[in-house]
Amino acid sequence: MIRIQARTEPSNIMKVASPLIAIVLTLIFGSILFSAIGKSPTQALQVLLIAPLADSYNIGEMLVKMGPLLLCAVGLSLCYRANMWNIGAEGQLLAGALGGSAVALFFIHSESVFALPLTLIAGIVSGMLWAAVPTFLKLQFNSNLILTTIMFNYIALYLLIWAVHGPLRDPEGYGFPESAIFADSTLLPTLFEGSRIHLGILFAIFAGFVGWFILTKTHLGFQIRVFGADEPAARYAGFNSKKLSWFVMLFAGGLAGLAGVAETTGPIGQLTPNISPGYGYSAIIVAYLGRLHPIGAIVAAIFMAVLYMGGDLAQIEMGIPVAVVSMFQGVLLFFLLACDFFINNRFINTNNQATN
Amino acid sequence: MKLKSLLVGLGLLAGASVAQAEDPLKVGFVYVGPVGDLGWSYEHDLGRQGLEDYFGDKVETTFVENVPEGADAERVITQLAKAGNDLIFTTSFGFMNPTIKVAKRFPKVTFEHATGYKRSKNVGTYVLRTYEGRYVTGVTAGMMTETDTIGYIASFPIPEVIRDINSTFMAAKSVNPNVKMKIVWVNSWYDPGKETDAANALMDQGVDILIQHTDSPAPLIAAEKRGMRAFGQASDMSKFAPEAHIFSVRDNWAPYYISIADAVMKGTWAPKDYWGGFKEDILTIESVNSNLPADVKAKISETYAAVKSGEIKPFTGPIKDNKGNLVVKAGHTLTDVELAQVNWYVEGITDEIPR
Repeated sequence: MIRIQARTEPSNIMKVASPLIAIVLTLIFGSILFSAIGKSPTQALQVLLIAPLADSYNIGEMLVKMGPLLLCAVGLSLCYRANMWNIGAEGQLLAGALGGSAVALFFIHSESVFALPLTLIAGIVSGMLWAAVPTFLKLQFNSNLILTTIMFNYIALYLLIWAVHGPLRDPEGYGFPESAIFADSTLLPTLFEGSRIHLGILFAIFAGFVGWFILTKTHLGFQIRVFGADEPAARYAGFNSKKLSWFVMLFAGGLAGLAGVAETTGPIGQLTPNISPGYGYSAIIVAYLGRLHPIGAIVAAIFMAVLYMGGDLAQIEMGIPVAVVSMFQGVLLFFLLACDFFINNRFINTNNQATN
Repeated sequence: MKLKSLLVGLGLLAGASVAQAEDPLKVGFVYVGPVGDLGWSYEHDLGRQGLEDYFGDKVETTFVENVPEGADAERVITQLAKAGNDLIFTTSFGFMNPTIKVAKRFPKVTFEHATGYKRSKNVGTYVLRTYEGRYVTGVTAGMMTETDTIGYIASFPIPEVIRDINSTFMAAKSVNPNVKMKIVWVNSWYDPGKETDAANALMDQGVDILIQHTDSPAPLIAAEKRGMRAFGQASDMSKFAPEAHIFSVRDNWAPYYISIADAVMKGTWAPKDYWGGFKEDILTIESVNSNLPADVKAKISETYAAVKSGEIKPFTGPIKDNKGNLVVKAGHTLTDVELAQVNWYVEGITDEIPR
């Protein structure tokens, strides 16, 4: 009989080995999958995993895709460390996009140097406000944070849809649900000619390092880690759980809001109903892939961005249907997260014990 | 041996030069949904296949499905252009600004954007006169409803959808002065769950005929379960509801895709604001159910013929909106530019456009 047993201490070998095992399993699975639909597995894997990094344009686009994932994931990592189960990054991102866009449209005929900073601040504050309500409800009334943050995602989406159909709609847009295109004064500058890499990506990477610094170098970060590891111990030590909860939620909300406003003032350049293809949800996977570590989140966000781009390239270059690509991606993520299970657990053979 | 290999070599060379002379036109397609949506994107993909069937190896097509309308669209369109496509069709409204942006960077590539209003030197637009299909739908619904209440499952309050609601209602009213219409907005083009909920909510309120401006067959299936009737949207959906299905209005893109590819090959392409309907066979009526009463079947053919010939033009004045303002003067027929801006409900629709 094979049983699962919790390890007394996390396995250091498995910490390194688990992603490698996952990759090997995925490569085996991928080869079978792509052969089954009559495509060359080596070419498919090359297009899916390497082509997104093959030239400067693709790398730039990978970074554009990485930005919002990373901003959301850094905040979520801290939340989950502190046992705050915030599923609301998507709503906080949309709130940031909405709040920031409202300010950007206010500056539509302005060339003021304050236009962009005010737009970004509006986005950050909107994201924080959107995170604040569920936080307040949890701390004051002990409501379930998972449920309230999910509901707030829907509310943010419908608020956004209402706004682009109503007050923020382009008056010259034939009634289509889109805002006017923002003025240059409120667009995030791009860093390289001919690329969409914008300032928001630097913010995202910076946020990763800020998150790392807070978590590992400050007393606050120490409290967050203790709180997540052993809540009764943290309370016994007299840590203020309310203060910690507020901090991680507002931090996460602000970053997600920044992600939203950076999408609208960056690559999109206007407010549309389709700001996010689910970045706030994907960021949950990114946070866990990065093992709830802000620097890990950078690596994981790059990885996820590569996967998404590879999916499109596989369609363009090889005609692989999107359903097959999604299946491959799903299995890869499953293996990665499943193998992490063996850091803290192991299989043991109970037959030996029985015969002894 | 030497001669043989020389001949083979010459053959290869000749083959290569022929291939070069007849380099296929590479055509890329960007779809907002999965090709398996059995509606909007599915029909665009049938159009793509029609293009391939027509030109054979003179064209080479690629498509990308399920492309979100946010920041990703610009990347996907760019990558199609980078991959050497000469002609790119972007088939959803949300791809408009990304298409314009990419077109600026790839001036030698021809772009065609469905349902938008922005054009440039290398970007044309194309749109369906879906309101023509709605007119036939409305007449049929008006005749068939026993509760005098027809239900409309709508996606987003954009001019196309509002125009179609108006066309349906005016048509229904022309055969049934007592008809009422109930509208539910689902804020999605494709969401079988929400579409089912909307269909059931409408039927709970006394609706016996369902019309949808969403792409999944879910409302038809819901109608079939409860013994009500419904129309297929965008593609032939008869097989999903053998009893309930009245007819489907199908988007038939192949003729358009063939004509555009042909123009690009000949070098005669120019950016246009193209509107196609019954007359061009871009819009068709499919699978009229044999279980319909004979008079309804006759009226369907008659109305279809009248709209196709131009004898009936749905948006001909006088038309009042539901607030009593005269929006189309007597004797005037809305032009395509005016049709693109319809943002009012006609008289008799007891509802407000969501703002």
